[in-house]
Amino acid sequence: MKRRPPTGRRAVNLVVSIWAVGSALMGIAILFWIIFVVVTRGLGAMNLAFFTHLPTPPGILGGGLVNAMIGTLVLTVAATLMAVPLGLLAGVYLAEFSEDSKIADFSRFSANVLMGMPSIIVGVFAYTLVVVPLGKFSGYAGALALAILMLPLVTRTTEDMLRLVPNTLRESALALGAPRWRVTLAIVFRAAKSGLITGVLLAVARVSGETAPLLFTTLNSPFWFHSLGEPIPNLTVTIFDYAMSPYPDWQQKAWGASLLITAGVLVVTLLARFTLREKKL
Amino acid sequence: MKTVLKMERVSPPPLQLAPQPAKQRRVSARGDNAFRWLTFVCSMVVPLVMLAIGADLIISSLPAIKKFGLGFLFSEDWNPVTESFGAASSIFGTLASTCIAMAIAIPLSLAIALFLVELAPPRISRTVGTMIELLAAIPSIIYGMWGLFVFAPFMANYVQPLVGRTLGFLPLFQGPPLGIGMLTAGIILAFMVLPFISAIARDVFQLVPNVVKESAFGMGATTWEVTYKVTIPYGLVGIIGAVFLGLGRALGETMAVTFVIGNAHRIAASLFSPGNTIASTLANEFSEATEPIYVSSLIALGLVLYLITYLVQVVSQIMLRRMYRAWSVGL
Repeated sequence: MKRRPPTGRRAVNLVVSIWAVGSALMGIAILFWIIFVVVTRGLGAMNLAFFTHLPTPPGILGGGLVNAMIGTLVLTVAATLMAVPLGLLAGVYLAEFSEDSKIADFSRFSANVLMGMPSIIVGVFAYTLVVVPLGKFSGYAGALALAILMLPLVTRTTEDMLRLVPNTLRESALALGAPRWRVTLAIVFRAAKSGLITGVLLAVARVSGETAPLLFTTLNSPFWFHSLGEPIPNLTVTIFDYAMSPYPDWQQKAWGASLLITAGVLVVTLLARFTLREKKL
Repeated sequence: MKTVLKMERVSPPPLQLAPQPAKQRRVSARGDNAFRWLTFVCSMVVPLVMLAIGADLIISSLPAIKKFGLGFLFSEDWNPVTESFGAASSIFGTLASTCIAMAIAIPLSLAIALFLVELAPPRISRTVGTMIELLAAIPSIIYGMWGLFVFAPFMANYVQPLVGRTLGFLPLFQGPPLGIGMLTAGIILAFMVLPFISAIARDVFQLVPNVVKESAFGMGATTWEVTYKVTIPYGLVGIIGAVFLGLGRALGETMAVTFVIGNAHRIAASLFSPGNTIASTLANEFSEATEPIYVSSLIALGLVLYLITYLVQVVSQIMLRRMYRAWSVGL
């Protein structure tokens, strides 16, 4: 048999390897470029007033975004309260009771589809469902949109985490005479606790940076948060409004808000990832 | 003999199978049934919401569908003053920006997956993998801020003049280097969907049995040859699923695109010129729309986006499911 010299093949391999390393470096470079820009520009907006004062009208320097920070927290908490209990229980059914029935399969499939659904579509849904009947923009509509985005995330991670709990644990508890619901809530949930918390944290991180579903549901407001029944000030829509404004002062505030959101989301995501990794090992 | 005796002595007295009181057992069964039903109802909320979104979009866009008919999809008109609306420019922009994004993201993300699985040592692979995943965690609006204030000027000052000089004979790359526009939006979209594709592609590459890979290596194949001729054909279904997943993301991405695409309702040949997508049109105009037919037309746009992403998601789910089932790994 004639041996072909491997030079050409080796060269192709080398080119592909360089391309692969280059792509990975580029991905990392983009990540750090974005973080660098957000940190350097955002730090300029940080001062005491930024965290303690209401926004000022355009043209008047100073002021802060404390109302928007509170508003974003309230919206996220409201969405979490709606989505997490529902998602946990849905995950329980899929992991513990479904026995891979067709209808459970459809639920799983829907969760995956809903996860990939553009968030602005969910915003439109909340608009027609809440804003139109009530006749006004409100925090409820925004919280509902965020909850819809959270629900499939919580459901799927709950199912995955519960499936990691060994069956022997369930069987021992059942053998002691505990009913299924107590086995699930007291034994399986406790065994999967860190995984469940991680899943919820990831979902919270994911929706707390969402803007599109709030644009025409919750809107924005320059005042203090009063009730969920009216437009609520929030950081992400503030970033959008301020960034599109011609005032340098407002644009700088948008960078400050961007830094807060990015830092919060990245820290929570990293924390969740590290606990998840320990769990899996 | 001695040991047997010993065991007999240690073993507990025979179980006294006292029958449980009937009442208590019924209560426990009833609690279990109630719990099972509760969780079942909760698990049905997700599919209900998914279907309700579709039904709701159809109902709310009926006025627009009645007024414009199928022509809505092909008309380039978008004039709130004369109340004449058409989706053509938004659909075109959505598809064009997604095409640019996928053309860039697919080779990049597959190469990253290759690096993570075949080339990098485990420790580096884990660190780099986490960093790439963090790209997916950065909120869309932050990409928008960075895109508008940093990346678009970078495109206008460096990339677009260079591309215009070298490839300017193509109508695709003509016109003033504005920075914002279709090309910039597509590139930023590529960065945003890249982590989604590479995460699944990494799984796919990892799930190919080592025996299969090693036999190819044993034949003297290079890493690239193993990837190209063994790994990719073996995991093709999964890679297609991953690509469609990224596609779905790119189609519906809103804030980042809204910041950098320029928001012009027109179909232009040049990628340098401003355009719009369905999502960016909704983000820009929804809260300002007052006339019922205007709102209805916007929701009809949303319905188009819902149908496209739904289809893409279904394909992606079928592909991924087939792959994970074939390899009997739970998704």
